[in-house]
Amino acid sequence: MSADTVIRPRRNSLRPVWEEKPTLIGQFGKGAILTVVVLAVLVPLWTVAVTSLSSEKTINEAGGYVFIPREFNPSAYVVIFSGGQVTDAILVSTIVTVAGTALSLIVTVLAAYGLSRPGTLGHRGILFYFLLTFLIYPGMIPSYLVVTGLGLKDNLLSLILPTAISAFNLVVLRAFFMSIPGELYDSARIDGAGELRILTRIVLPLSKAVTAVVGLFYAVGYWNAFFNAILYIDRSDLQPVQRVLQQFILAGQSPATSGAAVAIPGLGSSVPPSLAIKMAVVVVTIVPALIIYPFIQRHFTKGVIIGAVKG
Amino acid sequence: MSELASETAGMGAPSLVSEPQETVVKKAKKKVKVVSRQQLSFGKRLRRDWPLLLMCLPAMLLLLVFHYVPALGNIIAFQDYNPFVGDDPLEAFLYSEWIGFGNFEYLFKNAAFWDSVVNTLSITAFQLVFYFPIPIFLAILLNSILSPRIRSLVQSVVYLPHFFSWVLVVSLFQMMIGGAGLLAQTLRQAGYTPPDMMTDPDTFMFLITSQALWKDAGWGMIVFLAALAAIDPALYEAAAADGAGRWRRMWHVTLPGLRSVIILLLILRLGDALNVGFEQFVLQREMVGREAAEVVDTYVYYQGIAVQQWGIGAAAGLFKAVIGLLLIVGANKLAHRFGEQGIYRKS
Repeated sequence: MSADTVIRPRRNSLRPVWEEKPTLIGQFGKGAILTVVVLAVLVPLWTVAVTSLSSEKTINEAGGYVFIPREFNPSAYVVIFSGGQVTDAILVSTIVTVAGTALSLIVTVLAAYGLSRPGTLGHRGILFYFLLTFLIYPGMIPSYLVVTGLGLKDNLLSLILPTAISAFNLVVLRAFFMSIPGELYDSARIDGAGELRILTRIVLPLSKAVTAVVGLFYAVGYWNAFFNAILYIDRSDLQPVQRVLQQFILAGQSPATSGAAVAIPGLGSSVPPSLAIKMAVVVVTIVPALIIYPFIQRHFTKGVIIGAVKG
Repeated sequence: MSELASETAGMGAPSLVSEPQETVVKKAKKKVKVVSRQQLSFGKRLRRDWPLLLMCLPAMLLLLVFHYVPALGNIIAFQDYNPFVGDDPLEAFLYSEWIGFGNFEYLFKNAAFWDSVVNTLSITAFQLVFYFPIPIFLAILLNSILSPRIRSLVQSVVYLPHFFSWVLVVSLFQMMIGGAGLLAQTLRQAGYTPPDMMTDPDTFMFLITSQALWKDAGWGMIVFLAALAAIDPALYEAAAADGAGRWRRMWHVTLPGLRSVIILLLILRLGDALNVGFEQFVLQREMVGREAAEVVDTYVYYQGIAVQQWGIGAAAGLFKAVIGLLLIVGANKLAHRFGEQGIYRKS
């Protein structure tokens, strides 16, 4: 009787019965490592956010970065959103991200659907055509020559078209479309639906989650794209946010002469942006990722990404 | 029977008789299928499948223009490409002089190019030791945490930086540990002289590896967590019943459970040895200097586009592409030898 009660696990414990009790050092060590790892990610983000919301005075008192929030002073955000280089950049990045994601998604969904029925004309050849992109890369220099040769220099299309298709996303979508039972297609066809109708009325509603995740990955890619802008965009009013971030933080440049900082009293055009403004730019580049992230994360459990990673 | 099958398929409405047809197919199996496919003429299949082909077309065109044409364009590596002999790149290509392997001869005698190759390979080697094992370690550690709340909290936080751009990651490092960063600021206030870890070429290897870890180590756990979740818990229980302690269980159950994923990823990383990332280096090359930060990709960019030695840059790019292709194919052979799938299946 008493032996039974000893072996029986506590009802609310997740620990299997056969597992030995954790050692104090082990528990402490694990906790310490995980805390360090989590803090390593959160501390920089926290510091950036707090500093961006601080006034010039607080920043001077702290000697630079502010760690402990003392006020809520959104003036840096007012500055960067009230016209000038950063506002332009945010606009450019938003346009590129929205238009690019729409284009990528439409083209990828169409191709994934077109490839989802083995046995159709040219199926193997077309599939091979897409998969070969995994092995053969275009060189940077020929790509540059093609894009500039098409007259896309200083054109926002140069930030969209070269990266519009990811064969990986296409394969993920195709695999999902193929898992939809064929009877659904057949019954739709009996009812007289054409391929486009089947795609929009049956296949897409069934694969909302995967399509959304693929779209979000495209969106993150467009928002984060940086180097294409160095290659193809010279005009300062067409630079995306990542490029502006690089100029501010890494190259230590001040904003362009007709920039936002000029309009603010006490910040002449020769003065580099104050720390708060720089940090506000950093926050602005992070926020879209932060907004999108929970949506992507919700689908981790659905196995979309894990399945894709495992191939 | 086979006629029926082919006819219905040809009409584009196989579903009408799909049930009886299926039983036929099952009875006669392959025979019917093969016959029916052969009897469909090209025209009939085109009539049936043209909407699907049309759907593939936009993606194929985009890849043709922005992927395959540039891939073919690599042949300017055999030219003394001069953009000024024509009005546009195509014309310039047609009129530029062919010089055979001249660009490659220049390249192979060029010390800066070999420096970039050596840098790339040493970074790969360094990261195999100091990057590769970390996600495995973290995944095992996290897997041993029982509380689902803590697990999902940690996962949410450490996956996040994967979605940040390299500009952002390098900027955040600059702000934290750079010469004017938070750490330097704190040290200075405490009366120490802080080192500038962002510009020191001697510690550059550690710097880029910690940036890569910060950005992607968490994300890298996913595949290992999936493999850990697939290990049968009964194995642990049986091992415990046989008297294995926690370390022995890790050695005899956990690690063997991860073995195939580890081997696969290791082989793939070797196949990708010449790819260490581009933006991370192009962003920091100015800060630490060419000697430490030049990798093959940045060499291509600076030779080809910044200095406008188009042919030589393209030659370096083609060299990397060819070696890279050989490495990938080799790595897949190796993966198949180990009984793993690799990135493409054995056919």
